[in-house]
Amino acid sequence: MVKTAPVQLRTPLGDEILELRAGDRVELSGIVYTARDEAHLRMQKEGIPFDPKGAVIYHCGPVVKDNHILAAGPTTSARMNELSGFLLDAGVRGLIGKGGMGSAVRDQLRGRGVYFAFTGGCAALAASHMRLEGVCFEDLGMAEAIWAIRLERLPLVVGIDYEGNDIFETARKKARAVFLKHFPARST
Amino acid sequence: MQKPATDPLFSTLADATFRAYREAATSLPPDVLRVIDAAAARETNPVALGEFVNIRQNIRIAKELGVPLCQDTGVPVVYLTLPPEVPLTQGLYDAVAEGCRRATREVPLRPNVVDPLTRHNTGDNTGAGMPAIHVRPGKKFTITILPKGAGAENSSRITMLLPTHTYGIEGFVVETMLYAEGKPCPPVFLGVGIGGTFDMAASLAKEALLLPVDTMTDYEQKICDSVNKLGIGPMGQGGDTTALAVKVKTAGCHTASLPVAVNVQCWANRHATREVKW
Repeated sequence: MVKTAPVQLRTPLGDEILELRAGDRVELSGIVYTARDEAHLRMQKEGIPFDPKGAVIYHCGPVVKDNHILAAGPTTSARMNELSGFLLDAGVRGLIGKGGMGSAVRDQLRGRGVYFAFTGGCAALAASHMRLEGVCFEDLGMAEAIWAIRLERLPLVVGIDYEGNDIFETARKKARAVFLKHFPARST
Repeated sequence: MQKPATDPLFSTLADATFRAYREAATSLPPDVLRVIDAAAARETNPVALGEFVNIRQNIRIAKELGVPLCQDTGVPVVYLTLPPEVPLTQGLYDAVAEGCRRATREVPLRPNVVDPLTRHNTGDNTGAGMPAIHVRPGKKFTITILPKGAGAENSSRITMLLPTHTYGIEGFVVETMLYAEGKPCPPVFLGVGIGGTFDMAASLAKEALLLPVDTMTDYEQKICDSVNKLGIGPMGQGGDTTALAVKVKTAGCHTASLPVAVNVQCWANRHATREVKW
């Protein structure tokens, strides 16, 4: 069942996330850290430049101008499928992105973290819920640096919960079954 | 490269390009908005309804603040209509490129254009053959900008079907979305080019995205309904709305050919047209 009012969450996250179920709407406040492919690789090599305990990673390459965030929609999380385990091992409890993640991450989240989805393309809406707090690895460039961002009630949906329930996988399975039924000749 | 500002054709076309680009990056055409609103009103899946709330708020904020709808401000695809009195010259191409550079600086847009092999970013969304400019004769001098983001473009496909297999077109379109899942940021608009040649089918598919999306033929509606049965939903999270509209453009083809191209477009079917008055 989907709860009617969004659940209010604040970083750092603790065991309250164990109450969340895939499909729940939440509003997240507090500091999150952006990270794309290059930032993940750098953190693997040089260490995590923030306290990972209960931290939340946002898969995002924002447009920043004069210390303000202009646009900050999510990027495709699947690119980070092979790069997220070490963060969860270090204590990260939330990932935010779009499009869902692979079965390996689903297993890594089990019992300790959740994946939140934010609506793709909603860069202006995201920016309106954000204040810039700081930056690490700025030499990676604007899109790939780690930006510390303070959120004020960013509207998200729980994509994968700590038990491995996954709204993306549910939709994928349904789509495959429907396609097989309607276009058997194209399904091999 | 840049012509003197005293050349009225150059400066007005560059200015119209900039204004059309800014409008396209920060707001959506009325027919696109109507289709999104109608789909939101029909949607029954609670997760999908939440996505529509975010999408509609995002559209409102971007327009109010004059900021890009999405941080992927795309690559510039340009359509020019030239009346008989405007000759096609290199100067027109230069003026459009100048307008794209100004839009990149002032809107601002994310510089997305890179060399395909070295991946070197040109820094201003032009160069290396960009912007892509398509020219047609017409009564009025107009410019249309269609900024195309990568998530949706990367989900696009083309096929050469057997000429007797017209019944296979619908399956190919639906299969395109089956493979795409949430990657192109659904709910999507699907431009379908049928016929012509290999390259022409792809052009038709992209041009189909510029057709009014708030009406569909019975054929387009049938394909759209078929896509929506997949239940992929907004962002691949499940729901009634996977495609907002399917638009088809056709051209004559060889009797032994049936080219079919699907150009996938995210919910932000951005484009804007301006008349160039000089």
